[in-house]
Amino acid sequence: MSKILVIAEHLDGKLNSSTARAVSAAVAVKAEAIDVLVLGDSVDAVAADAAKIEGVSKVLTVAKPENAHPLAAVLAPQIAKAADGYSHVFAPSTTFGKDVAPRVAALLGVAQVSDVMNVESSHTFKRPIYAGNAIITVEANPDHVVVATIRTASWPAANGGANSAPVEPLSLDVTLPTHTRFVELKQGSSDRPDLQSAGKVVSGGRGVGSKENFDIIYKFADKIGAAVGASRAAVDAGYVPNEMQVGQTGKIIAPELYMAIGISGAIQHLTGIKDAGTIVAINKDGEAPIFEIADIGLVGDLFKVLPELEQAIG
Amino acid sequence: MKILVGYKRVVDYNVRIQVKPDGSGVVTDGVKLSANPFDDIALEEALRLREKGVAEEVVVVGIGPADLTAHLRNGLAMGANRAIHVVTSDAVQPLTAARVFLKLIEKEQPGLFIVGKQAIDDDANQTGQMLAALWDRPQATFAGKVDIADGKATVTREVDAGLETIEVELPAVITTDLRLNEPRFIKLPDIMKAKSKPIDSIEFASLGVEAHDHLKTTHYAPPVKRGKGVMVKDAAELVAALKQKGLL
Repeated sequence: MSKILVIAEHLDGKLNSSTARAVSAAVAVKAEAIDVLVLGDSVDAVAADAAKIEGVSKVLTVAKPENAHPLAAVLAPQIAKAADGYSHVFAPSTTFGKDVAPRVAALLGVAQVSDVMNVESSHTFKRPIYAGNAIITVEANPDHVVVATIRTASWPAANGGANSAPVEPLSLDVTLPTHTRFVELKQGSSDRPDLQSAGKVVSGGRGVGSKENFDIIYKFADKIGAAVGASRAAVDAGYVPNEMQVGQTGKIIAPELYMAIGISGAIQHLTGIKDAGTIVAINKDGEAPIFEIADIGLVGDLFKVLPELEQAIG
Repeated sequence: MKILVGYKRVVDYNVRIQVKPDGSGVVTDGVKLSANPFDDIALEEALRLREKGVAEEVVVVGIGPADLTAHLRNGLAMGANRAIHVVTSDAVQPLTAARVFLKLIEKEQPGLFIVGKQAIDDDANQTGQMLAALWDRPQATFAGKVDIADGKATVTREVDAGLETIEVELPAVITTDLRLNEPRFIKLPDIMKAKSKPIDSIEFASLGVEAHDHLKTTHYAPPVKRGKGVMVKDAAELVAALKQKGLL
């Protein structure tokens, strides 16, 4: 039987919802135990949140000042040690999980399955390659620990609230490296919903034309309570910061409603939104590839259409 | 300081890949191959560090069949001093690639190993991190800005929350993100010059790295297609359609 260790992602004392998505993938393995590992400097609030996630057997915590920031070189040896006795180690396929999980896998001398989108059996998984243009079925070695990152857009967040799993501190005898130091984190300050987990997302592309013009996207997003994203072209052009990029190398998201405004729809962008519930495209070029995958398309000038939309919504 | 650059050849990013009808793989015969775009960025960064006087030598390293030399020549034409070609006709998975690179590091003793954050064929995003673990050295992944001074690299990383800056002692592994730099174009005289630059060939088998596949790929499938959408003629129709779906 499988015993799965899920690595919790958290920031500023809050559990990231990607953790509950990774738990969903663990549930799909039909594991006999799913434990969540929280590494941090103060872990209580995060552990309490993790304990509420349905399907979690227990929460293990490692509180150390060295764990204040998620440095892969510091966390990986602890995770590799904590993995003893587990058949699987799962982490969300976010920049956090992508950074730390391969380091854990290499310390354990095993392969990693990246971006698990479907669980076929305890050691068989589906994952995307070539920017999602092919889906492969991979079999992991049954004699090895399976280290995997979970493609968050493919999994719903496991329900929180109903569970009250026990929380246990874990003491690990591991020497931590001092060669890697945290300097700072510059976060985009925003009162808008979080792009990764929002139910509605409005994204702007090169067609928006400038940083100043992007206000029209923010304004419309605020009107419908949506998070704001952007295409790579818009980020490269400096209209918006990098953390707003949606696509193969940015965030891969699955909101109920995705509105692509002035985005032509490069393959690399489409990869990031394929799992959205409804995709709306607004573009003045009727031949833009975005219309090939849009559920609802509107050919028109965004600067004219967006104010009309706001008015029509009322 | 010497810099090693992982330089992979992949299906060109403009090619829309097709899955073979029998699910045994993707069609790669006759398909254009190019440098992994993230590895081009890695090479560009290494060259800039050499131009700033931070590094003296830039070495591109590749793992692949005999004809990979043409790809490595492109790296030399871009400006690398020399190349190392680990020769194998088998596809190599990230853990194996990391073990091979470690062998090269042990021989070359670089101050820095730079490689793309992911290859756009398998999209694994693993090799740099695995190499750093096996080498027992720091990793600075998803680099958007790199400064090197006093035996340390200060790296700004593109993370989901924003921009994170970390400081790592050298030697270290850096993996590159999209906005680190814009790789230079190769000029014709550089292609001529590259012909006389050395490429060391090393047989994969001579490195003593286990070659077995850690993950077995049993099937390839095209992605599930989304249903055909509808076009609306104006804002009012769009709002009506979204309200009907309960999305507004």
